Formats: sequence, structure tokens, C-alpha cells
Amino acid sequence: MGAMNAVPGGSGGDSSAPALSADRLCKRFGSRVAFDDVTFEIGHGEVVGFLGPNGAGKTTTVRTLGTLLVPTSGSATVAGLALTPDNGVEIRRRISIMPESPGLYLRLSVLENLECFANLYEVPAASDRVDRALRAVHLADRAHDTCGSLSKGLRQRVALARALLNDPQVLFLDEPTSGLDPVAAREVHDLIDGLRHRGVTIFLTTHRLDEAERLCDRVAILNTTLRTIGRPDQLRDQIFARTLTVRTVGPIPEPDRVFLGVPGVAGWREDSTATYVLTVTDPALAAPGVTRALVTADADVLSISASHHSLEDVYLELIDNDAQAGRP
Amino acid sequence: MSVNRRLVRAIVDKELREFRRNRYLVFGMAIIPVVFSIQPLITVFALSSSESAPLRHEHVLLYMLGIPALVPSLVAAYSVVGEREQGTLEPLLITPIRREELLLGKALATFVPSVAVAFGVYGLFLACVEFFAQPSVAAALIRPSDLLAQLLFTPLLAGWSIWIAIVISTRANDVRVAQQLATLASLPSVALTTLIALNAIDASLTTAVVAAAALLLLNRIGWRVASAVFDRERLITGTK
Repeated sequence: MGAMNAVPGGSGGDSSAPALSADRLCKRFGSRVAFDDVTFEIGHGEVVGFLGPNGAGKTTTVRTLGTLLVPTSGSATVAGLALTPDNGVEIRRRISIMPESPGLYLRLSVLENLECFANLYEVPAASDRVDRALRAVHLADRAHDTCGSLSKGLRQRVALARALLNDPQVLFLDEPTSGLDPVAAREVHDLIDGLRHRGVTIFLTTHRLDEAERLCDRVAILNTTLRTIGRPDQLRDQIFARTLTVRTVGPIPEPDRVFLGVPGVAGWREDSTATYVLTVTDPALAAPGVTRALVTADADVLSISASHHSLEDVYLELIDNDAQAGRP
Repeated sequence: MSVNRRLVRAIVDKELREFRRNRYLVFGMAIIPVVFSIQPLITVFALSSSESAPLRHEHVLLYMLGIPALVPSLVAAYSVVGEREQGTLEPLLITPIRREELLLGKALATFVPSVAVAFGVYGLFLACVEFFAQPSVAAALIRPSDLLAQLLFTPLLAGWSIWIAIVISTRANDVRVAQQLATLASLPSVALTTLIALNAIDASLTTAVVAAAALLLLNRIGWRVASAVFDRERLITGTK
């Protein structure tokens, strides 16, 4: 999908302020806590993935930052403006939210849906903007179809086009590739990349961890409280020790003597027979030394491999820890 | 508070397009005027010239004011809860439109076709009376004061009925419940116009001026009340 070309809209506000920030933000519905103690800062043009299990408070966080809900406590800035009721209209002018459900007027055509929202955002040269949004999601040839006649994936694309109409500074995307086929999903990814290059800040709520890993500069994991936020590789290092896995034909007689003298190796354990997991400071630096030590010890080496933990491993580890600790 | 006309117009245009393509709503708007017109027409056609004298002291045609009181309630009751059921309310609330503008747009979109239907049916009714009833009956029924009352009270009653229905629509969780309650809520207005039509309430100039002023005020208050009870949070999350 082609990115739209205009510069993100809106003016005024504090340009030095982060595009999006929250400070101990909390939302409760009566005694039920939707999310609590959420603190983060997101820079302009950053793509941040927002992950968490169902019911973790992701959608409520987005709705709160999008001025649909009033926070119970804490503060936030959105598109350079403080999140207050007085700033609600101006914030909504500068941001866009693509909800999980497209929420289109099914009796109206694609064009009529977009024209309505272009007028609600008071975009100048509305028909040009609508055309560009349609082209960006490859739906120009379906402009006159009623939305009710479109497939789920196409409706999702119309919702995405609608979210692009006002050239938002901050774009909240809730499961943007849900229901899309792999080609269409890749097109949405390309579109997000294009928006990132134009300086649009994107807050991407998703359950697809591969999508988050591929697209996001940083990811935040929410499970009622914000469990962590950082670059995917940082999170991997935080959660998992860096390891080398050594497999040999037979057990090594004195592993302590072989491994612990090697620079960069902090410890080792036997994972299974003749398989050793070495905790290292840097796998790339430690691997040559380990290889030499194994050769010196006359060990018959089958393989030496650096461990690889995906974002999914990080996510599952954190959520499992929460479950074991009895956190919501 | 200043109203952004472009935003209000965007809502009006969208609503009117949706109404045109929602045959159930169109049917709902059409059925009430038909019910209101047929029976009185049959009665009027059956009247002989000798029966026209008592009609001069009544305001039978004010009975038709029941149309603007009833017709818009059905459509206006759908306005907010219908959007909520369709899942279209959240995208709408994400835009910069204020709730006052959103509700004004929705009210105007209901007001325009409702008043057009009410005047259209009234005009048709008058034409039928003029051409097919006994001339003395027609002369007794069609009086300038009643025509003026119809012109004045049709929009005022429609507006009042719309605001009541919108208030109900913002609080209801189900379209059918909202429509039933809105219809019920418009019945006092219908009862009042019927009592005036039957001369149970004296329809003097003073009564008309006071009623018009009261309805004008109620319309203004209705907009404020509807805006006040329009709670984004409850509408989005269903809580509170």
C-alpha cells in the first residue's frame, strides 16, 4: 500500500514534548481496574507495539489516550497537548484511531463513508484527500461499492483509509491486520512503514508478535500494569540470559575445567546428556574461545549455537510470571 | 457555545443518506401519517352540509398535529442507540465533533423529513377536503387560524418530540426499547392536540402564544438536556 504524502496535520502545542506520554495513568470502572500505573514516553515518528493478553486494558488505554474515556488518575500528553477535557477536541483533530471493529456505515458507499469523516475532520480539499486515502489502501476501484457488500478484510482497509484522512500526528491502530490475508497484511505493514518515514507516531495494538517485532521500534507489554517497554532486543536481554548451546557426541568428563576458564563464560548447566547451555556475556565473543577449549579437551563437537529468543518468548515469559505471581 | 456548521452538516447529510436506504425507517415514517389521515378523511367525506355548522366551533384539523408529535420519535429514538448497536458510534466520537453538534445534526436530520411528511400529509388532507368534501364542510374545516396554528406548531412539536426521543436514545441499551419509550413519551403531546381539536381545551390566541413560547423553550432545553446526558464513557463502554 502506498503511504499518503502530506505532512502530519495539526499545529501548535509543545513541539518539544513527546508525541505521546503517560505518567502513572490509571483507569478504573468502579472497583474494577482497567489499567493502572501506566508510564511511558513515545517520541515523534516512533512505532510502538502495545501487547498484552485479552482484558489487559489495551483498548481502554487507547480509548483513554484518545479522549473517549476520562482517566481516573495520572496524567498524559497526546500529540503535544495535555490530556484534559478542554483539549479533547484539539487532541482529536491531531490523532486518529482505527478501532478493532471497522464501524462503517454499511448502507453507505466507501466514498460516502470517507466523505462524511473528511468533513468531520474539516480536511481541506476533502475529495482529494479521500482519493489519496483510497489509493493508499488500494481501494480506489471499490469507491462506489456499499460497505455492506465488502469482505471483512476490505472493510478493515476502509477503516484504515478513514484513519488516514486527517493526516494524524499520532495514529492508534487496534489490530489493523486482523482478518486480512497475508498479502493485504503485508501491504498494511508497508503502509505503516511509509507513515513512520513521514514522522507519524504509531501506537500499534496487536496480538501478532511477529508483526510487532517486525514493525515496532519499541514494544510495551501491558497486563493491567505496564510490565515492560523497550526495544525487542533489549527486552530479550532483560528477560533471558544470553546463552550458547554446545552439543557433543558424548558427555565431557570435566565441564567445569573446559568452560569456566573461557573468557566471557559466566556459567554452565547440562540441559540433557551431552548438551550444555553456557551463560555468556556475548555469544559472538565467547563462541571462538569455547570452540578452542572444546578442541583442546578433545571433545567431539556436534554443534555450537547461540540461543535465539523471540519476542513471543519474552511475552510468554512475562505473562507466565504474572500468572504464577497471581497478578491479573 | 458556537456551533460548527460544517460538522453539523456532515452529520445531517450522512443521516439523510442512511434514512433513504433504510426501508424500515421509511416505512415507519409513512405508516403513522397514513393511519392519521384515512379515518378522518372517511369521516369528513361522510358529513353532509347540514352537519357543518358545529364544525365552525371546533378545530378538528389540529388533530393532524399528532403527526409531527409521533413521526420523528421513531427515527430520533434510533439516532444514538442505533449507532451504538451498529458499532459506528466510536469512530464518530473519535472525530473532533462536540456532542452538542452531533446531537444537533442528528436532530436536524430527523426534523427535516418529519416536518416535510407532516406538512405534505396536511396539504394532501386539505386538498382532499377541498375537492371531495361538501363545500360547506370544507369551509367550516379550513380556517386561516387553524392553518397558522398548523404551520407554527408542526415544527415546534416535531422538535420537542425529537429531543425527548434523543434523550431516551442516549440512555437506552436497545433500539426497540428506545423506540417504544419514545413513542410512549410523545403520547402526551398527541393527547393535548387531540383535546384541543375536540374543544376540550380552549384554543384561544393566548393559549397558542403561551404554548408556542413554552415549546420553543422546551426545544432549547431539550438540546441542552440531551447534550448533558450524552455520556461518551457510558456509550462506549456500557458502564455506569
